[in-house]
Amino acid sequence: MTQEALVELIVKAILEQTQSVVAPAVKDYNSGGLASAPTANPHTSARIGVGRAGARLRTDTYLQFRADHAAARDAVYNDVPAELLQQLNLPEFVTQCQSRDEFLTRPDLGRVFNEQTNKAIAAHNPQPCDVLIYAADGLSSKAVAANLENILPVLTESISQQGLRCGRPFFVKYGRVASMEQVAQLTGVKVVCVLIGERPGLGSAESMSAYMAYAPTVGMPEARRTVVSNIYSGGLNAVEAGAYVAEVLGRMHREKKSGVELNEG
Amino acid sequence: MANTLLSVGIDIGTSTTQVIFSKLTLEDLGGRFTAPNIAITKKEVIYRGEIHETPLLNHSLIDTQALCVLVEGEFRQAGFAVGATDTGAVIITGESARRENAAAVLQQLSGFAGEFVVATAGPDLESRIAGQGSGAQAYAQEHGLHVVNFDIGGGTTNVAVFDCGKLTATACYDIGGRLLKFTPQGKLIYLSEHAEKIAQTIGLCLRVADTPSLADLRALAQAMAQQLEVNTCELLTPNSVLLFSGGVADCIYRTGHELFAYNDFGVLLGQAVRNSRLFGYQVLAPQETIRATVMGAGSYTTTLSGSTIGYTHADLFPLKNLPVFALSPQQEQDAFDHGKADDFAHALCDFVQQTDANCVAIAFAGKPSPGWQELKRLAQALQQAASQAQLDPNIPWVFLAQHDIGKALGLAMTPYAQGRAVITLDGIDARQPDCYLDIGKPLMNGQVVPVVIKTLLFG
Repeated sequence: MTQEALVELIVKAILEQTQSVVAPAVKDYNSGGLASAPTANPHTSARIGVGRAGARLRTDTYLQFRADHAAARDAVYNDVPAELLQQLNLPEFVTQCQSRDEFLTRPDLGRVFNEQTNKAIAAHNPQPCDVLIYAADGLSSKAVAANLENILPVLTESISQQGLRCGRPFFVKYGRVASMEQVAQLTGVKVVCVLIGERPGLGSAESMSAYMAYAPTVGMPEARRTVVSNIYSGGLNAVEAGAYVAEVLGRMHREKKSGVELNEG
Repeated sequence: MANTLLSVGIDIGTSTTQVIFSKLTLEDLGGRFTAPNIAITKKEVIYRGEIHETPLLNHSLIDTQALCVLVEGEFRQAGFAVGATDTGAVIITGESARRENAAAVLQQLSGFAGEFVVATAGPDLESRIAGQGSGAQAYAQEHGLHVVNFDIGGGTTNVAVFDCGKLTATACYDIGGRLLKFTPQGKLIYLSEHAEKIAQTIGLCLRVADTPSLADLRALAQAMAQQLEVNTCELLTPNSVLLFSGGVADCIYRTGHELFAYNDFGVLLGQAVRNSRLFGYQVLAPQETIRATVMGAGSYTTTLSGSTIGYTHADLFPLKNLPVFALSPQQEQDAFDHGKADDFAHALCDFVQQTDANCVAIAFAGKPSPGWQELKRLAQALQQAASQAQLDPNIPWVFLAQHDIGKALGLAMTPYAQGRAVITLDGIDARQPDCYLDIGKPLMNGQVVPVVIKTLLFG
């Protein structure tokens, strides 16, 4: 059982007992269920105006906080479901990290692959192509699981509608953003995009980013990366994000630049 | 990166005609790390015109020629060439909208005031923009309050309710300061049909050319104020904040006017409203009184589409007066689920024939976070309906979604377009009866289009 599920169960049990005693000060306080943050303010999911009990948080606010924290931890520590990768027909390549703990403590290893994997990545895309899109778990497997199915087909369709050749996508386990430098060098593709899970917060664990660069090379300045962040159901939805990101990739290919240079036109 | 738009507002009211110019500033609030989010961030009034009497030929005709001269004069005064405006609205309000030549007047004025100026009227819109121009909406939004704006003009009173800034209700009543007109000595020279009816309900018999007693007139003013009270009581909550705008508002907030200072009923009506139960609520002074409507017309009629939208060619715009065909929630759900348009394709055909327009816009809510397959099914259904309606192949298909799906929908439509121009906009909720749309030229590197949603009027 995942941490999230466990905490949710305990929270439910406690809530049932306490609800009769603690009258909620704000109506509809928990109507969103445990998956959503408590909000007294319809304009934000931030924990403001949540009331208090003496000097402490109210019981349900505190439990909600624990539940959200558990969800965030699960997003970091769990793997992207193998069924999803199978369904999307994505082969999995692992970086030099041996475990989740190593991935979290050694960012440098999350950017590189071993010799054998290097060859496999190159062999996965033997044909020359214009744009290569792949996914990586990053700091939230949950984000990849939630968005990949919808964003990936939009991207590939839009890239081909623009008359560009789109490489065969794949998935990188224990992958960091800067793995794109390796991927670009291994495949020789100029425009590379990695769809990666963002570090989860307490508002959502499902937020994904698309990092892109034109001809990335190891050691390049971060300013050469372009990013579209906040891709999830509560931010920019996956399909619309896909359509927008594809357009940016097309521009990158046309103008042969990325990051700050691309923004400055 | 900021763009500006020059916007003109022209309000032809029952008693006054006004012109203002304002500068709208567009900015991308999205930052560098997310998708763009372009919004109008500043509305700055750069010229306030004079308050002119609306020129009339008689009680049922507006003097078009005099009006054109007047508006042209304001353009000159403001220092802008005719046609230099990017956007704006000519709005015809109150009793003026019911005058026989109202449609012709609008037509003529919109012709010389710029390429993308809308001619419009309709009580809903009028109430909304008066409430925006008076500052009621901004106040409600800023303070999280329930704010009700009463725009009391010459011919009508327009009520708009803003709950935390969101428009929740509008209403329009035939109550205004020019329903009766007098000579400076107090002789009645005009009595509108509606004022006569109200007088009859309280047993008063007023006649043109008589000089009615002050007590009678006060009783009539009180009866009108009471009508407002009774009709709006359902719109108000105990915590509502009330704002009064329009010409009569000046007589509400300030006392000491000569009774017939304006040769009309405005001062008496203002006093009656001040003494009514409406003043039992919290009442605040608006930013604008008599200019509220024209401010709203100049600064608030133009909105922006979402910042990720789809269109096949940039030279399709501007598009004007598109009638809007709205899908019901059920029809939309069917389209999402099955990719079929069986129940609304027929209705769309009828709609196209009835409106006799060659270009129509199809509006729906969309979903906040749809799946790609769902969206493709929607595209298929839309394609089916649009094909059955047999729209001219040289005319673009226009689709409007409320939720942020415009660009993705454009992509999903591409396989069906086959060379036809397709426009897919989002961030627009046009699902209201008798709604028309103007779409301007793309702005901010083509990322957004300005949009005006309006209700057209003369049935």
